[in-house]
Amino acid sequence: MPLAATNGRDRRSQQAAGDEGAPVTRESAGGSPYAPHGESETAAMLSAVGVDSAEELFDVPESVRFDGEFGIDARGEREIREELRSMLGRNDDLVELLGRGHYDHYVPSLVDHISQRSEFLTSYTQYQPEIAQGFLQVLFEYQSLFVELTGLEIVNCSMYDAATALGEAATLADRVRSASGHRVLVPEHLRAERRDVLANYVSGTDLTVESYSMADGNVDLAALDDLLDDDAVMVYAETPTVRGAIEEGLGDVADLTHDNDALFCLGSDPIALSLLEEPASVGADVVVGDASVLGLPASYGMGLGLFATREDYVRQVPGRLVGASDDAGGRRAYTLTLQTREQHIRKERATSNICTNQAWVALRTAIHAAWLGPSGLVEEAERAVEQAQELAARLDAVPGVEAPVHDRHHFREFVARTDSSADEIAADLADRGFAVHALDDDLVQICATDHDDATLDEFVAAFEEVTA
Amino acid sequence: MKYNQARWSRDDEDVYEPLLSEKDETTVEIGGGGSDDGGTGGADAASSEADSGSPLPDDLTRDELTLPELSEPELARHYTRLSQMTYGVDSGPYPLGSCTMKYNPKFTEDVAALADAAVHPDRPERRQQGTLELLYRLQDYLGRIGGMDAVSLQPPAGAAGEFAGILVARAYHEHNDEGHRDEVIVPESAHGTNFASAALAGYDVVELPGGEDGRVDLDALEGALSENTAALMLTNPNTLGLFERDIEAIAEAVHDVGGLLYYDGANLNALLGRARPGDMGFDIMHYNVHKTFATPHGGGGPGAGPIGVAEKLAPFLPAPRIRPDEMGYERFEPDHSVGKVHGFDGNWLVLVKAYAYIARLGDDGLADASAKAVLNANYLAEQIDLDVPYGPFHHEFVASAGDRDAAEVAKRMLDFGVHPPTTKWPEIVPEALMTEPTEVESKDSLDQLAAAFDAVMSEDADAAADAPQRTAARRIDQTSAARNLRLSWQSLDGE
Repeated sequence: MPLAATNGRDRRSQQAAGDEGAPVTRESAGGSPYAPHGESETAAMLSAVGVDSAEELFDVPESVRFDGEFGIDARGEREIREELRSMLGRNDDLVELLGRGHYDHYVPSLVDHISQRSEFLTSYTQYQPEIAQGFLQVLFEYQSLFVELTGLEIVNCSMYDAATALGEAATLADRVRSASGHRVLVPEHLRAERRDVLANYVSGTDLTVESYSMADGNVDLAALDDLLDDDAVMVYAETPTVRGAIEEGLGDVADLTHDNDALFCLGSDPIALSLLEEPASVGADVVVGDASVLGLPASYGMGLGLFATREDYVRQVPGRLVGASDDAGGRRAYTLTLQTREQHIRKERATSNICTNQAWVALRTAIHAAWLGPSGLVEEAERAVEQAQELAARLDAVPGVEAPVHDRHHFREFVARTDSSADEIAADLADRGFAVHALDDDLVQICATDHDDATLDEFVAAFEEVTA
Repeated sequence: MKYNQARWSRDDEDVYEPLLSEKDETTVEIGGGGSDDGGTGGADAASSEADSGSPLPDDLTRDELTLPELSEPELARHYTRLSQMTYGVDSGPYPLGSCTMKYNPKFTEDVAALADAAVHPDRPERRQQGTLELLYRLQDYLGRIGGMDAVSLQPPAGAAGEFAGILVARAYHEHNDEGHRDEVIVPESAHGTNFASAALAGYDVVELPGGEDGRVDLDALEGALSENTAALMLTNPNTLGLFERDIEAIAEAVHDVGGLLYYDGANLNALLGRARPGDMGFDIMHYNVHKTFATPHGGGGPGAGPIGVAEKLAPFLPAPRIRPDEMGYERFEPDHSVGKVHGFDGNWLVLVKAYAYIARLGDDGLADASAKAVLNANYLAEQIDLDVPYGPFHHEFVASAGDRDAAEVAKRMLDFGVHPPTTKWPEIVPEALMTEPTEVESKDSLDQLAAAFDAVMSEDADAAADAPQRTAARRIDQTSAARNLRLSWQSLDGE
């Protein structure tokens, strides 16, 4: 049944319809408030074009003309603000201890103010570099940030999110690997949605996705070894894992992978990479992840896909690259480069279909990282380790609770085992104002980012109550 | 002559804003380890060192981290200066063809900030009813505007929408035991993303040559269609700004061989309230909500590319979709869903802005926006002294620079304080200048654009060779940027 037919005007629209007397536009009710045309200008333009009305310019055959209504009432700014405030106010006030790929770190005010500067906000892809030097320099600085964090030489200036970046990594591996192969190996502990996106990205190729098992929250090296053969194109691992465990055997994973002539792709994020082993030094060929842990607060899963790789693969990289060059005056200047890889030039032979990316989020991430500086980044990362460790220890002291389940170092989040149903615990905690993940019958996952001590005290007390 | 962008003296080396790494490099030693090779610094960079007390064993951590460490006031000036070296819609006309660079209402930014009542998508559905309601309402609005029966908001950009749409087409054919269909037909003038998205989904792309009038040639289409056709991807009006008047015949021809008709929503701004893709026979479409519904383009993203489909394709849409239930709203996965094209639910903040924009304009405002966009394109095409083949135009037109190099013309236009059109595309017009003024330009600013076009075209071609002269940077050597790759400040060491 068509939406348009089944959904009549909703309650709020009817309310709005009652206010129809108030003009909502600059000139008169019913026009776009953002078309600046005055009556005399419009008349002059129509006359220059040689028509009596703009309607004559629509070259649409009568048979497909739309003569109905959408049934959408125009509202004023204030009314829409009220409407959204009221609508979003229906979200419960919950302290979220949720992670699994999307994290809420505090974003400094500088990021909002600078990124809202309209020159940045209202520009588009830097196809004319001479008038886009500022944005290009920020993207160049973003790339440089991740060259430092990953140790890899090539960083593009954004994919949509970690899941799509992983998908692009697999198609890159398929292109660059000398021998043909069909399998992409991913950890058993992987966010299901991330795996689904990967499966869609490789659905147009011969690649298949298979899981290898985990041992106590880390890669089961023996199991991986058994699965690996020269039919594997790429092995993917994460640190921290989706359960927050820091991976301890990355060098071994890389060695096994390379022994079978496959690419090693590592998933991580910029805060973790500020502290953890440099991916290049453990043998990563590609690094993907969600970079929006810097720059974006919780925003319903909106992200920023990090994509870094080795110099060898630069001509196979998806997405945009900003390079330094010189201008006619001999001074350093920045420009998009290697655009012949991209879809607007190479069409179906492009390295990716990505056009609009997440440039503005990358700008926010770069500003946030600069604001923290190396000391701030390392402190933020150390806090993510210490807070998870302390919170797990406190929950472990609660009768009937074991935390963390995996005997590993953790980052931001960890899994706890409980004697009672995880679903019930999660529901009871939500009633007390806290959201956590229920993973399994008796596993809950808890993520702490910038929560203050008092909030965590209340959470531990609530946890004691619901497990009692 | 009016100039729209902050301009810096170009004879003074100091006009260039140094990289952050040229201002400072600080090395933090992780775990208090005893490395003694501290910050080396760029030519002018101050260097310093600090130690951390890592809670992790040394073999799990890096040895050190070297990045700039600057104060907030220093950063505020750095980025403010960089913003002044960036040209946006708020700076002046930005008629970049097919990109729909509209003015972005300021209040939509504010309501998106309000939406940083933003929640984690994994919180229980009963506790995120406000978010789900907003998304449901946007699904509903988009369905009405496009004449589509069902909408999924997940794809995070237009090309992601194309990919999702093609996955839906494939799932539909496979479901009907028609999995042998392995070709997607794309007109030669189509957006490059169409080709790339179809190829990413594993299809052979069949390029359809244009007809003499710049539109689809029905005979050529008949020649391209076969029992292997999965879909035809079309934008209407097309990239020449021309409405495909034979759209019903096109739809019939595609449907006759069992193919699906895909609508690229990049040009939807020209049709609001005049025609709907669903009514024209399209089975699948994506909406570039950041174009049609005025979300700031943010230097190249984020966008959002929701897809809409006809009823028969609804079961294949990406998950999640939103529907009302007895207690409010819930997500659901359609029966034969293609799954996911984004790790979560897409670009939420962009969707909020799109909702607010649509609500602000309503039926009449949306229709008026299209009328003014079409009027502006036709007026500008009329005012400039250039060959503009084909016609009549909807919201964009493609002028030909004739014996001049279109890219050179664009560089010289920068000196007149405007953003130039898209150049050299589509290729069917020689030396193409693809121009889309949108509805937000006044007659005065269209006249400024026309004056810039005409001034450049009436000059000797040599004047363009040294252009631009009045911008933050002069002509940038893109060849050497590609030949001598320097993609990070680390690669500049020693310069």
